[in-house]
Amino acid sequence: MDIYLLEAVMNGIMLGGLLALLALGLNLIFGVIDVVWICYAELVMAGMYAVYWLHAVYAWPFILACAAAVALVALFGVVLHRLIIEPILGSAPINQLLATGGMLFFLQSFATLLFGTDFRNVGIRLPVIELGDIDLSFARLLAFVAAILGAAGLYLFLAKTFLGTAIRAISQDREIMGLMGVDPRRIYLITSAIGGGLAGLAACLLVLQYDVHPFIGLTFGPITFMICVLGGLGNMFGGVIAAFIMSLIISIVGYYFSVELSYVLAFMLFIVLILVRPQGILGR
Amino acid sequence: MTEARIAAGIGIAALIALPAVLPTYFLHILIQALLLGLIYTAWGFMGRFGLVSLGHGAFMGVGAYTSALLWNLYGVTPWLGMPAGMALAVALALVIGYPCFHLRIVGHYFALVTLALGQVVALLIIAGRDITGGSLGMTPRAVGTSVIAFQFQNRAQFYFVALALWLGVLGIRAWISRGMRRAALEAIGEDETAAEAAGINVLREKLWVFVMSAAVTAAGGSVFAQYIMYLNPETVSGVGVSLQIVFAAIAGGMYSALGPTVGALLTLSLTEGLRVLFGTNFIGAANTIYGVLLILFIIFMPRGILGVVESWLRRRPQPQAAPAE
Repeated sequence: MDIYLLEAVMNGIMLGGLLALLALGLNLIFGVIDVVWICYAELVMAGMYAVYWLHAVYAWPFILACAAAVALVALFGVVLHRLIIEPILGSAPINQLLATGGMLFFLQSFATLLFGTDFRNVGIRLPVIELGDIDLSFARLLAFVAAILGAAGLYLFLAKTFLGTAIRAISQDREIMGLMGVDPRRIYLITSAIGGGLAGLAACLLVLQYDVHPFIGLTFGPITFMICVLGGLGNMFGGVIAAFIMSLIISIVGYYFSVELSYVLAFMLFIVLILVRPQGILGR
Repeated sequence: MTEARIAAGIGIAALIALPAVLPTYFLHILIQALLLGLIYTAWGFMGRFGLVSLGHGAFMGVGAYTSALLWNLYGVTPWLGMPAGMALAVALALVIGYPCFHLRIVGHYFALVTLALGQVVALLIIAGRDITGGSLGMTPRAVGTSVIAFQFQNRAQFYFVALALWLGVLGIRAWISRGMRRAALEAIGEDETAAEAAGINVLREKLWVFVMSAAVTAAGGSVFAQYIMYLNPETVSGVGVSLQIVFAAIAGGMYSALGPTVGALLTLSLTEGLRVLFGTNFIGAANTIYGVLLILFIIFMPRGILGVVESWLRRRPQPQAAPAE
């Protein structure tokens, strides 16, 4: 097998871990609250800026900056839910999507206003690992491992804790759960915090690989939605599978042709798949 | 209804007289408002029946790039390039719309499919950088004032072209809003299954309105590029443009005939006003305000500015009448 192709495949798998983490947060929000946060990738952008400022400008240790960024984006998720989603929870789903679309505009341009359009680098250079003839970026490997750990942590939380059980229950039947003594409002706020926290975690991992700029959300936001829909909106396991399928397509086609064409192909595949299987690849 | 006719007549007469008194700068804004307004209106053709597209940038880009590329590469007049772009947009709308509507892809699933479509078109424009100039954009070959090249150096001339097109699109909108077709589309927007049961051909009606919307958007994109004389995937296609279209149409009020145009005027004057006030120091300021406004509009007045104004006007003379729709 071509060594460079193998490298592309490895990179694809590692990208898949990150995309899976992103899709996981979005899927959690969708499954539980039944809204699509179209500004999800912009929350990640905000988290990346937080890490950049705390670490590169105020010289906090990286780990501390990351913890602060996760907390900050989690808080942002709560505020987003409280201020924007809650007032229109009862209206048409498309309205919620559009309102978070307004948030997308706001975050992008507010970042432009505050930080300008410069590309900012957090300034951490991680080594490259040589595995035989294959070069692996340590940053990517770290992102992959952290993403998998994050996903596993979320799974354990949802499966093993009382709160996690309540969250899963409310995603199955929101009417009945109120009668069972669960306060949906509280669950929604907690879910928003977790969704935001996952975006913050993704931000910490992405900032090691990419420069931050106000429009970075557009580079992986749309693909994240496609992944969620492919996996079946709200189906977390499906989202993880779809993330790996998409990332492999992107890296392999990107290797043979060009990055743009690889995304074109990924989006076209999405359109075709949603027409064939609107319930997602793992749907009934 | 005669009152409305008289008002419309006065309005059109005023618009025709405007270039004589308006300074060039404001004429420039107004031309853009008319051209963008007609695109936003076209989005509203389907948006107001609950068919929300987040990918109208695709049709705008197809229209703009088809006519500009045909002109630059083969010297084909935009008078032919424009219908070619519209035909391509219609084909695209059919390819996406037919399976979507056939398989009942609705709501945010439809929105996400169109979002993907917008991404595909924008990325193809960037990937074809050898002929489209990629992210750097391109300019149609300038030949001075020429009817054949659809280039008018005199702004007043372009203004009348834009005005005529805009009135034409309002005409199309009125035509769609008339009689059974509107009733059918409204029924579909409410409940597709019930509409189907009532004997409405849901697939045909939705496809028809999608195709109309795509064709007009492509035409608008082409003329807009012809006016600005610069095409860039970020300004005539892509996610940003698609969302801009949605925002302006909703803010102005997509349920009112003039709403989307009001939205275009609002966004343009916001951008220009902030630019004049602050210069280029606050690049993101206009969009920051758009974002906040969009959220506020969706939460507090989903019918938009004109929607609110209309319900005020309607309420005052006959307070006992139920709000008609």
